[in-house]
Amino acid sequence: MTYRDAINAALAEELERDERVFLLGEDVGLFGGAMAVTKGLYERFGERRVQDMPISESAIVGGTLGAVLTGLRPVAEIMFIDFVGVCMDQIVNQIAKVRYMLGGQVEVPLVIRTQGGGGKSYAAQHSQSLEAWFMHTPGLKVVIPSTPADAKGLLKSAIRDNNPVLFIEHKLLYNEKGEVPEGEHLVPLGQARVVREGSGLTIATYSRMVGLVQQAAEGLAAEGTEVEIVDLRTLTPLDEETMFASVRKTGRFLAVEEGHLTAGVGAELVARVTKNCFDYLDGPPERVAAQDRPIPCAPALEKATLPQVEDILTAARALVG
Amino acid sequence: MPDMTVPPLPPETMRALLQGMMRVRAFEEAVHDLYQRKLLPGMSPHLSAGQEAVAAGVCLQLRPDDYMVTTHRGHGHSLLKGMDAQRMMAELCSKETGYCHGRGGTMHIASPEVGCLGANGIVGAGLPIAVGAGLSIQYRGTDQVCVAFFGDGASNQGTFHESVNLATARKLPVVFVCENNIYALSTNFARTGATPNVVDRARGYDIPGVTVDGMAVEGVYAATTTALERARSGQGPTLIEAKTYRYYGHGASDHRPYRTKEEEAQWRCSDAIQCYGDLLIERGVATAAERDDLSARAAAEAQAAVDFAVSSPDPDPARVGDYVFA
Ligand SMILES: Cc1ncc(C[n+]2csc(CCOP(=O)(O)OP(=O)(O)O)c2C)c(N)n1
Ligand SMILES: [Mg+2]
Repeated sequence: MTYRDAINAALAEELERDERVFLLGEDVGLFGGAMAVTKGLYERFGERRVQDMPISESAIVGGTLGAVLTGLRPVAEIMFIDFVGVCMDQIVNQIAKVRYMLGGQVEVPLVIRTQGGGGKSYAAQHSQSLEAWFMHTPGLKVVIPSTPADAKGLLKSAIRDNNPVLFIEHKLLYNEKGEVPEGEHLVPLGQARVVREGSGLTIATYSRMVGLVQQAAEGLAAEGTEVEIVDLRTLTPLDEETMFASVRKTGRFLAVEEGHLTAGVGAELVARVTKNCFDYLDGPPERVAAQDRPIPCAPALEKATLPQVEDILTAARALVG
Repeated sequence: MPDMTVPPLPPETMRALLQGMMRVRAFEEAVHDLYQRKLLPGMSPHLSAGQEAVAAGVCLQLRPDDYMVTTHRGHGHSLLKGMDAQRMMAELCSKETGYCHGRGGTMHIASPEVGCLGANGIVGAGLPIAVGAGLSIQYRGTDQVCVAFFGDGASNQGTFHESVNLATARKLPVVFVCENNIYALSTNFARTGATPNVVDRARGYDIPGVTVDGMAVEGVYAATTTALERARSGQGPTLIEAKTYRYYGHGASDHRPYRTKEEEAQWRCSDAIQCYGDLLIERGVATAAERDDLSARAAAEAQAAVDFAVSSPDPDPARVGDYVFA
């Protein structure tokens, strides 16, 4: 099953299971979604459950909060994560804070689905990986799956969670295929997955970078370095323990992400690993991330800006060398 | 569509309008062809074929020192505001010789030098920028104008309200031109708009709201003339809604399941270029041979742009870090 179909299946199952769940977003209904993720759901569940919205991201995302406060469990789609700029107030000042500000009087079971990432020469406003912004926002959960099985299991958990979840898909993963367990498949939020075991180096990563790290790990294995790959799967809550346990075994740590380097996810991971595994480290941890510049359109420039397998290999060799 | 009473235009203006529309059509067809041939990397371009009368009717009467802000569907506006077809096409192909040295691509075509303050990848984001240009014009005390193009879909963004309100409250020299091509990606405006027409909202701001047939270039031209005069003389903004149609899908990969072949065929019957060419011949303003000549010159310009773009060098990855900060 593809990543796209897995997400579609999760949505369909949750729409089926819980009458309070409904979808809203631009072109999600009749058209089946700009990335074709919601195909068939409008036909199956009708326009009350799958609602086409105007190009009004503030009203869409803010609307989920109003719906939540009055008893529903909405799942909104923001077509590209880049467009969160338009509705940042609703996400950051309203949704993320409301439960705490109101002293716990409300629960906020909503999901904002979106997709990010580059690699398609879509230029600076359609290629970003903005998960670090939201990891920096207390009160939001941030989920970012790399495989079809995780996409399905995590999305179902996100919809059932009583907290706001930003669910970040990757535009280059939609056609990726993978096994998805039959029947009810739930993956709990806050559990990393060890993708590959090894004793020479720990690489923590997520989303599309998992695939690149796997490629790099093949090359490194041929050179005699066994890499342990930790797919974080959710950034908030963060499964530190799986990461720390791995670093205590390998003594070396590399964080790989598609977002920008400065103040990125890797910065946080490295800080935590350094503090908690200091005595086990054989050297300073390292990060591979996108260069600190807007993402350019030209393929050669985009390639020079986003992390490539070669960048991972270089950083890993320096760590174990 | 109500018939616009249009004062007769000088023959050279009529020919210029026809030529402008032909240039946009030829450019867009060339872009489409390049994309089909996989010579245009990145997002499938948002073509304005079908909407040429709006670009020509508005942009051809802007002064070189006027400003224009456009959208993701902005090739035509940019070309007719004075950008060079070759450097535009090179940018679409992500080449070093493009306006943005390959950093921008189709959605970020701009040339502030000729008053093109930018296309945009964020729907509705150009509107506040146009208002800022209006503020600047007022601040500097010149009689320039800024035109803001936006779509029916963009009119549902909060930025629309903020921008029209501010421009009206300060009587800024901004002309808001909505190209209502019925659809925002797949979504019919009838399903998302509070009023049947975008222009209905002008009443709420107490500014003139003018509906024009966006397939009839002289009506667009006349409405723009009035709006520009109003803006230049300090009376504030006008909202123009041009009823138009994009012939292609939202992007090249959109197979348009949300509209019928009949609807498409019907709009093509009122093709702005075909109809206006016929009209000029009927009026004796141009001969059939002159029309063919204008068309051939538009095609030649587009072909030269393609040749230039295709043969231009890619940007040098060693210089990828240029232009982050001044
Ligand atoms: C803030 C934002 N939301 C959504 C999109 C995706 N998107 C790009 S163009 C478009 C439709 C725009 O419709 P309209 O304003 O009518 O312009 P048209 O494409 O018809 O010219 C959409 C939804 C975007 N680029 N930015
Ligand atoms: Mg439209």
